[in-house]
Amino acid sequence: MTAADTTDGPTPDGVLRAPLVIEFPFTRTVGPVQSAFLTGLRERVVIGVRGTDGRVHVPPCEYDPVTSDELTELVEVADSGTVTTWAWEPNPRPNQPLDEPFAWALVKFDGADTSMLHAVAASHDEMETGMTVKVRWADEREGHIHDIACFEPVR
Amino acid sequence: MSLSLPASIADAEPVRSIRTPARLDYEFTAGQATSQFLRGVKNKKLIGGGCPVCGKVYVPPRGSCAVDGVPTTEQVDVADRGTVTTFCVVNVQFYGQGVEVPYVCATIQLDGADLGLFAMVQEMPYDQVRIGLRVEAVWVDDDELDTTLENIKYFRPTGEPDVEVKQNIQ
Repeated sequence: MTAADTTDGPTPDGVLRAPLVIEFPFTRTVGPVQSAFLTGLRERVVIGVRGTDGRVHVPPCEYDPVTSDELTELVEVADSGTVTTWAWEPNPRPNQPLDEPFAWALVKFDGADTSMLHAVAASHDEMETGMTVKVRWADEREGHIHDIACFEPVR
Repeated sequence: MSLSLPASIADAEPVRSIRTPARLDYEFTAGQATSQFLRGVKNKKLIGGGCPVCGKVYVPPRGSCAVDGVPTTEQVDVADRGTVTTFCVVNVQFYGQGVEVPYVCATIQLDGADLGLFAMVQEMPYDQVRIGLRVEAVWVDDDELDTTLENIKYFRPTGEPDVEVKQNIQ
């Protein structure tokens, strides 16, 4: 229990209040398929996996979504693609990819047959289903989805 | 399973794990009763909430009596010493713990209170802590006192004889 006058101060009725942060610092292992995807991001390439029917899934899945077969053929796709659908985020919250209003979008990478969710740094007027976007890579990459800072429109 | 990797990452050191921290940012509002208690704690005073019906004294106070369902309108000073009513030995190290294992967490019924306070017992080997042990609060230095129960670093044995602990069943 921690409540301090000095942090946010008491409310007008004299009730104390204070920030309370609960944090679980989890780390988890990723397995060989996600490992390939994340290693790719660190090396600035986008990696998918070829399914039993020949479709390329990005991000890659360990097992075929139709046959449940184990998938092993990892393939590189482009770092640009097409917005297949999107939603506007007018009030970004802490720890979201961008501080300014942005779009959440499903992006189908060129060479892929499925779409991946990420942020697009564009104005609301620019956003359009079918638009072409390209990865903006983070300056410092460590093998994490945040290695893609966001997508940006190819103008 | 043997994976075939694209040439672009074939020689790269593979990523094996990711950090996925979960964080919840709250603002804790203490309420009237606990605010009053914490202001007392800043002056090294422990003020319980007394029930006007049954007379029980709650420390820390939550503003109402759990038995009678009425506000604890009485302010009752309780001692900063009391009796261990139950305890456990913590043997597992975890993130953010701030103390070396093994150590003892105990429920301490302060003299004048009817509800136990949860705190560490130190300055005694962990395997000698027992139910009925008499303990006293060890406060932080006066210039570190604030409106927080962290003012009490831990409890330590007083050296008084053990007392019998009765079961507190309602």
